[in-house]
Amino acid sequence: MSSKIPQEKLASQLSSVGYIPDRDLSIALWMMEKLSRPLLLEGDAGVGKTEVAKALALSNNTKLIRLQCYEGLDQNAALYEWNYQRQLLAIKAREGDDAAIVEEQIFSEKYLLERPLLAALRQVISPVLLIDEIDRADEEFEAFLLELLSEFQITIPELGTIVATTVPKVILTSNGTRELSDALRRRCLYHYVNLPDVDREARIIISRIPHIDTALALQIANMVNLVRKEDLKRTPGVAETLDWASTLAGLDISNLRDEPELIYETLLCLIKTSEDKSRISREVSDRLLGLVA
Amino acid sequence: MQAAQRSDRTLGESVRQTLMRFVQTLRDNDFIIGFPEVRDALELIAGSNSHQSTSLRIALRSLFCCCYSDWEKFDDIFDAFWLNKGMKSVVRVANPSEKYSSSLNTTFLNADYSKKGVTADHVHRSNDDSSSFEEGQSKREGASRVEILTQTDFRHLTNAEDLNAANELAERLAKRMRYRLCRRMRNRHKGKKLDIRRTIHNSVSKGGDPFDLARRQRRIKPLRLVMLLDMSGSMSLYSATFLRFMHGVLSNFNEAEAFGFHTRLFHLSAALRERDPQRAVERMTLIAQGAGGGTRIGQSLSVFNHMHAKRVIHSRTCVMIVSDGYDTGPAIELGAEMAALRRRCRRIVWLNPMMGWSEYAPEAAGMKAAMPFIDLFAPAHNIASLQALEPYLEKV
Repeated sequence: MSSKIPQEKLASQLSSVGYIPDRDLSIALWMMEKLSRPLLLEGDAGVGKTEVAKALALSNNTKLIRLQCYEGLDQNAALYEWNYQRQLLAIKAREGDDAAIVEEQIFSEKYLLERPLLAALRQVISPVLLIDEIDRADEEFEAFLLELLSEFQITIPELGTIVATTVPKVILTSNGTRELSDALRRRCLYHYVNLPDVDREARIIISRIPHIDTALALQIANMVNLVRKEDLKRTPGVAETLDWASTLAGLDISNLRDEPELIYETLLCLIKTSEDKSRISREVSDRLLGLVA
Repeated sequence: MQAAQRSDRTLGESVRQTLMRFVQTLRDNDFIIGFPEVRDALELIAGSNSHQSTSLRIALRSLFCCCYSDWEKFDDIFDAFWLNKGMKSVVRVANPSEKYSSSLNTTFLNADYSKKGVTADHVHRSNDDSSSFEEGQSKREGASRVEILTQTDFRHLTNAEDLNAANELAERLAKRMRYRLCRRMRNRHKGKKLDIRRTIHNSVSKGGDPFDLARRQRRIKPLRLVMLLDMSGSMSLYSATFLRFMHGVLSNFNEAEAFGFHTRLFHLSAALRERDPQRAVERMTLIAQGAGGGTRIGQSLSVFNHMHAKRVIHSRTCVMIVSDGYDTGPAIELGAEMAALRRRCRRIVWLNPMMGWSEYAPEAAGMKAAMPFIDLFAPAHNIASLQALEPYLEKV
């Protein structure tokens, strides 16, 4: 059995939907499928962690089910909940009926509200489940998730155990605002997403912004790379690069060095804090522009 | 289990043994690898071609790494193990025939000491010197004696017994503080807001009458204490006691982190949480190797702000800096980093042992630069001054 071909196939599939993965990531994604393990993506904000899941769903032509984590997220919001209002209405409407029958009816599937995790287990085609920013959820939720991710089944006391019809491809992302538990980390495959190098970033720009000139894309990637090397409080991510590239494409610029003033003015696509703005002055912008080939 | 059986058939015994040794090496380097991971690794190796060593490396890295520090270490260990490059400098591979516990210890010793070039002889000596870190070495003292100790400046504790007693006291104090500071988590059921969804849920069993009212309240996060301890030469008389205090805090608080710094910053939590006292002492001696030299507070804080602050600081965090404020770096840098830290955390407490001395005024340039950003500037030269902090921390 050769493992080389499926990885390259995966990489080209992702490229065709606008995500250019590096080799390490495509191997990690291939392993995720092969071993049916969740994949934990870490990396700075803006390196495209969430995009991976979106692109994977798009290229596989499956559903993307997203669970955005936040502080205080509980089972009711993540897994399932009974539709209490409907249950109460049903009780009132059937007053006088046999209690046992009413009870059986109001705890049936009809009154169950699906939340992302339950939805992910009940898909016919294996979906991509994105658990975004898991570090924002509480530790208790993390522990609960652990069980779900290893068994792919959940138990609803009134209904019984629901086993996944298809094993979803689970991608977790973390920004490192909190240390994740070792148990969760061990259970996941791990990949650290770096900012793309100039070459890959240029390819990303070309694939995302239609009709952009290749030379211009390379110049933009170069310039962004230089800006990142400055001592900034918030390093611009790929999304910012794309914003800037589409701004420049919209302004019909073909060579960055022709329009130093416009470049300086549009740089605020990349710079997001006032401290950074004062750090990238017109002089710095011109100096960096001089370094762009 | 099926996978394991399959790989058993396809893989030779030697490959499995080598992989187990590799896993053992990784574990010795603080990787967390369980049985399912080994099983999956065997399956991967069985399914790959022999010429694909790079993609196998990437695959194993994804499988075995748990966090960024693992991710950074992995390539070196992989090279050392499989490609025989600079093996000794990374780690000594444990002999598989040895028992797990004994091989773990020797690996640890050899690995880290060969890196630092310290002889085994030195290990034993430092072991005796720093016996104050070890638990359960000394007997409890009587109450009146304790009282005296709480008032004595750490500088004047010269004999080992007194020092030990002071250290124990620091640890006990940490334990008691936890009890007071964490009890705020309780009585959550008396919330102010009504939880409508839950109330309706409860009322289903009563036929729709909202009899049981469910309430909710924002959960109060437990206080997190992040401690930064100056371990430079000028602090050497105090750092041992504070280390013991930190140890007490780390093992008793739900959330606490400890860092040390002199000319650079290092994360102490893992070393202090070490259960095996022998290993803990060894780790500490390794860390202490730059201690007793100069201090670069500004630079250390900068590293803290960039590398750790995002992860260890949340909204109810108190940062406790224990230092005398003598900085060999520029004062402007310290000021700027203190300002950055101030924006992140709830409170900054600066404990300065020198303040306990009579006629002390914070005149060091670094101390002056840091002053505007400090919420509480307090002495910390004896146990009583540590005790005095408790009511303050309670309000954070």
